[in-house]
Amino acid sequence: MSSLRIPRPRPALTSKRRIEPLVWLAFSAGGVTAALFMPVLAFLFALAFPLGWIDPPDHDHLAAVVGHPVTFLVLFGMFVLMLVHAAHRFRYTLYDGLQVKHQGLVAVLCYGAAAAGAFAAFHLLGGAT
Amino acid sequence: MSRAVDDLTYRRPVSIWWWTRKRSYFVFVMRELSSIFIAWLVLYLLLFVRAVGQGRTAYDDFLDAAASPWLVAINVVAFAFVLLHTATWFLLTPQAMVVRLRGRRVPGLVIIGSQYVGLAVVSAFIAWLVLR
Repeated sequence: MSSLRIPRPRPALTSKRRIEPLVWLAFSAGGVTAALFMPVLAFLFALAFPLGWIDPPDHDHLAAVVGHPVTFLVLFGMFVLMLVHAAHRFRYTLYDGLQVKHQGLVAVLCYGAAAAGAFAAFHLLGGAT
Repeated sequence: MSRAVDDLTYRRPVSIWWWTRKRSYFVFVMRELSSIFIAWLVLYLLLFVRAVGQGRTAYDDFLDAAASPWLVAINVVAFAFVLLHTATWFLLTPQAMVVRLRGRRVPGLVIIGSQYVGLAVVSAFIAWLVLR
């Protein structure tokens, strides 16, 4: 009979369940942001300007745009959401695609990388404004 | 330990190359791998912004470096993955959420179409902001 005792949920497990919906929300927000903003940003800044398909904007103009506080806020918010999105999706790619077994470690590494990226974004964007 | 005793179902081990056997599996894994390239482009754009903040010379140097064959190759691949992400994300939205307008369910095609309108508006705004 004693073997029928219902195990108490472990604290780590319950707190994880409370966080999980928030992570999914950030994943979705980052996914929408990436879907809407990344095509034009990648096309202009990673291809068209470096390769001269379109004349790159004047430095003074770009510096004024980047230096604006609203640009800082918008870019920081977008970059953090997209990093969380990427971390969350990559985490499940490792679980399902590569069948990585160390799930706790994978989660810590993925979200840790996103957090490090958010920290770097704050400093790099802050330094440019 | 208790799990090994309770769960006696046999599971056939799955190869880690399972996704190469079918086109739809392959597209699924490619879609998931777009995350790496989204993260890369965020990093790239951050470095771009930093170069702009450092001044005219740093900006010109960054544009020169970004035209090097390796970076162009990476960014072409990254751009293709971004397009895959956008297309698949828009396609999945009607399945992930139900939109109702005056009590009527909005058809999936309308949701997908309006997202492309949103993409066009966002792209036009950013191009205008950067190029004016």
